Amino acid sequence: MPEAHQIDIHHVAKLARLALTDEEAKRYESQLNGILTYIDTLTRYDLDGVEPTAHAIPVYDVLRADVPRPGLTQDQALSNAPKRHADQIQIPKVIE
Amino acid sequence: MLASSTIAALRKGITAGDITPRDIVLDVAKSIETRNAEIGAYLSWDVDAALAEADHADITKPLGGIPIAIKDNMNVTGQPCTCGSRILSENYTAPYDAGAIQRLRASGAIPFGRLNMDEFAMGSSTENSALGVTRNPRDLTRVPGGSSGGSAAAVAGDLAIAALGSDTGGSIRQPAALCGCVGIKPTYGRVSRYGLVAFASSLDQIGPVTKTVEDAALLLNHLCGHDAHDSTSLNVEVPDFTASIGRDIKGLRIGLPKEYYIDGIHAGVSASVQAAIRQLESLGAIIEEISLPHTELGVATYYVLAPAEASANLARFDGVRYGHRSSSAGDLMEQYTKSRSEGFGPEVKRRILLGTYMLSSGYYDAYYIRAQKARTLIRNDFTEAFKKVDVILSPTSPTPAHKLGELKDNPLAAYLEDVFTIPVNLAGLPGISLPCGTVEVEGSALPVGLQIIGKALDEATVLRVAHAYEQSR
Repeated sequence: MPEAHQIDIHHVAKLARLALTDEEAKRYESQLNGILTYIDTLTRYDLDGVEPTAHAIPVYDVLRADVPRPGLTQDQALSNAPKRHADQIQIPKVIE
Repeated sequence: MLASSTIAALRKGITAGDITPRDIVLDVAKSIETRNAEIGAYLSWDVDAALAEADHADITKPLGGIPIAIKDNMNVTGQPCTCGSRILSENYTAPYDAGAIQRLRASGAIPFGRLNMDEFAMGSSTENSALGVTRNPRDLTRVPGGSSGGSAAAVAGDLAIAALGSDTGGSIRQPAALCGCVGIKPTYGRVSRYGLVAFASSLDQIGPVTKTVEDAALLLNHLCGHDAHDSTSLNVEVPDFTASIGRDIKGLRIGLPKEYYIDGIHAGVSASVQAAIRQLESLGAIIEEISLPHTELGVATYYVLAPAEASANLARFDGVRYGHRSSSAGDLMEQYTKSRSEGFGPEVKRRILLGTYMLSSGYYDAYYIRAQKARTLIRNDFTEAFKKVDVILSPTSPTPAHKLGELKDNPLAAYLEDVFTIPVNLAGLPGISLPCGTVEVEGSALPVGLQIIGKALDEATVLRVAHAYEQSR
């Protein structure tokens, strides 16, 4: 982990699909650098050879019976779409 | 006033024919209409829908005819589900029931009312809600805690009989402590997460917020159980939790982690908790000092894992299938970016940015994997401790309720408030908070919460200790 944190807030915002104003970018950059410095607590412990825990109570290979069952109807599934055209969700044109 | 009553008492009244489900819904509605303007616990409530359900309630069922208020991040068919966010507040109506709601309905309960929360459950004060302020019913100038602040304020203020909350790092227990009611986070996997809008999937868990330990046990009986729609749901037997309460605690071993009893705890909180420890000792419990040596890693570990998981979970809010869509976007990329930027509030953006950074190329091992390793050490601490003791006792929160706005510009200070609740989520354990006295601050008597942590799947012992203490006060 780097010693002093210098997060590239514009790059991260782009990855996160967030548009930040200059004021927001400045504020988040400073706050996140502060939080990352706190998170450096984790580097004070030797974690080599420790197994990572993804879930506290792990369950493995969860399968369900592969049988048809009722689900949402097309109308229900589309009922919250911001823009709808016939039985489809409408979005801005992607391919010219 | 029926709204100030408990599930247990109201069920007796219904069974005896003294009251009807309609009476209860009307009384709760009256209480909301009278007091919600000042407390702000509810974002919405549909009296007509609840009355229609009350009139058809099957009162032979164990929770038959009891209205339960729902945190606004669980889907209930036909109702809003805003998550306290603008991104879902305009035009989202839930098309299905969450797993926990299906179970509530099967037990005869009526989901009634939608409770305010920190946006997407990110926060400890409910001040991060984009949709309104919730005030602590014990002192209206103070926060109710969070993220389930609406749930705790509604129950403590008698605007609800009982409520559901969700807990990712303390979000049921901490507001219950700050408002002076009971809140339990079950073992991870006990209650289905299907239909709970995901914040950090490996930590999120639904649980009851109630006025008494008995009500918590009653509600838990009908929330727990396997759900094929949630692959992390545990397929294990659910005991009758009410059977464990009322038993004495003679000889039961209670551990006090030496790392938890430190400077920085408010003196009044400390005094209340010490008095509770003596009380439990007088009931026959054996008090022992224990060690959870990696406690210091808890908050840092959480603030890697939770934002990382959140940044992935909240990627679904892109303005395409549901939620806010920007009206000024040209192309698809701009639609994603503008919809998200207009829809999410500052704390949600902060955590998405943090999580995105830590999962980005070159940083994944340094942060995410490292935090998962730290999580193993924290979990092992509890495993070792529970070889010596039956439950672990601590304050729920190091401080009583803050004034509204007090921690607004200091996110890190706010994060550190969760120091006693976060490790419980990281280890997946059950934990309850119940009232253990009050502390005088500037003329207000502010509630203090006592946290009891149990072994995985041992909610029964947690409830037994909590009930013994509650009844002895």
